[in-house]
Amino acid sequence: MLDSLLAYPQALLGPLWPVVWTLVKIMLIVAPLMLCVAYLTLWERKLIGYMQIRKGPNRVTFFGIRWLGGWAQPIADGLKLLVKEVIIPAGSNKFLFVLAPVLALGPALAAWAVIPFSPELILSNIDAGLLYLMAMTSLGVYGIIIAGWASNSKYAFLGSLRSAAQIVSYEIAMGFSLVGVLMAAQSLNLAEIVKAQQNSAGAFGWFWLPLFPLFITYLISGVAESNRAPFDVAEGESEIVGFHVEYSGMTFAVFSLAEYSAMILISTLTSIMFLGGWLSPFPVSWGLLGTGGFGWLFAKIFFVASMFLWFRATFPRYRYDQIMRLGWKVFIPVTLVWIVVLGAWMQTPLWIWWK
Amino acid sequence: MTFQQLIFWFFSAVLIFAALRVITARNPVHAALFLVLAFCTAAGLWIQLEAEFLGIALVLVYVGAVMVLFLFVVMMLDINIEKLREGFWSYLPVGATVALLMVAEMALVLTGPWFGLEDAPRPPAAPAGYSNTKELGRLLYTDYVYPFELAAVILLVAIVAAIALTLRRRKHGKYINPGDQVQVRRNDRLKIISMPAEKKGD
Repeated sequence: MLDSLLAYPQALLGPLWPVVWTLVKIMLIVAPLMLCVAYLTLWERKLIGYMQIRKGPNRVTFFGIRWLGGWAQPIADGLKLLVKEVIIPAGSNKFLFVLAPVLALGPALAAWAVIPFSPELILSNIDAGLLYLMAMTSLGVYGIIIAGWASNSKYAFLGSLRSAAQIVSYEIAMGFSLVGVLMAAQSLNLAEIVKAQQNSAGAFGWFWLPLFPLFITYLISGVAESNRAPFDVAEGESEIVGFHVEYSGMTFAVFSLAEYSAMILISTLTSIMFLGGWLSPFPVSWGLLGTGGFGWLFAKIFFVASMFLWFRATFPRYRYDQIMRLGWKVFIPVTLVWIVVLGAWMQTPLWIWWK
Repeated sequence: MTFQQLIFWFFSAVLIFAALRVITARNPVHAALFLVLAFCTAAGLWIQLEAEFLGIALVLVYVGAVMVLFLFVVMMLDINIEKLREGFWSYLPVGATVALLMVAEMALVLTGPWFGLEDAPRPPAAPAGYSNTKELGRLLYTDYVYPFELAAVILLVAIVAAIALTLRRRKHGKYINPGDQVQVRRNDRLKIISMPAEKKGD
């Protein structure tokens, strides 16, 4: 069916076909992702609202339909930000000032190239997928550094140094957690990592159990990495200002887009590496409930992303020196110890997660 | 021209442009950012050579970590460009000699009739399912495990030395041990005393 449909454009475009087809596939990933980002902002306000016993946004609606109240909120917010004036500070480097938000968003989107949505649904099933992901997430810090520097403001600059130091520090703990994952899965390929978690035990066969300290470390480092509460010193209006104080309108909105897409990305990676990706939490023998699919992955991503919002509604903000202490003195030692434990464990018959 | 060749020429052009801008850009921060661009395109070229592990490691290590710290330093320094440019003409002969010598050496090795690239045997095509990440890991941890561990120890010594050089306790610092902070209880700091409201005099 699909092949016969594609035959005509393939003949029409000739040698350009692979480029066009890849671009179409990229659009098929990025467009729903952007929609998810928009509605994650709505879900965030709704969920935090419910936690605080209020309703959250429930007014803005499509064509005045009452029961859709709130559903148009992200669209309205986006439109508002789109038409606001972009103020470029005097004496700033205009090119880098505009480039910085793009550099923050770009890597967070590029990382989606290697995400396996289901056994067949992968844009690029590369062998070193995990390494590629680490490289992409480590590039996100450039947006922050350049934003701070190009703003020509001491506050923005100091804020960017602070945020960049935080991100670089937590990246180490994240990298070590991934080392544990690749040891357990014996592969850097993300689809292989999911397949390594498949066994008769259902949810207990996933890596969150043997790699529990790494799972927790990865999740919390992910919160710190995407500058979310309680690690959001960049937005800590009560004490200090962050790297994007000089940004307004759409340039600021792109930073927000980057933050939310990084959040979805971290949720997806946590789901894939520790929570079994597209696998069903029930044993395979349970029939329809036991079969994996994109629906399970989506449910897991939704759960982890909701945890990010839950953290925001629950915890008070960390002080900066305590952020650094948590990263360097707690998480890095924990991951290092668990890698050694894991290495020893895998040599014994007690290791049951990998045949 | 195939699509691969097109990508190769594009990456090469960007790489040469970025490398030139690294040494010609007036602003040191711009120079550092062009170096980042050069690293990224070089990584792209390596991936085209099927050295995907090295390509990604280049981005991960140099772009993701080293250049970030580099930018930190360059951005915080107040670099006087005029002072750096002093004596350009007096150093030029030495620099030009070294550069020309390097170009000549590379030309000899790469294009000369004695060692030309054409003489080197073409590497056999990798079999299906070949992973150079796995292959590198196997070599590093079996055949070259001692040199690898030695390099790791040397790096560790460097880290310890760097920390020992920069670690200093500030005299008037207000550092508080976080362990003590966590231990604080309300009763240590706060005392609720019963204080009856003033009575109206009658």
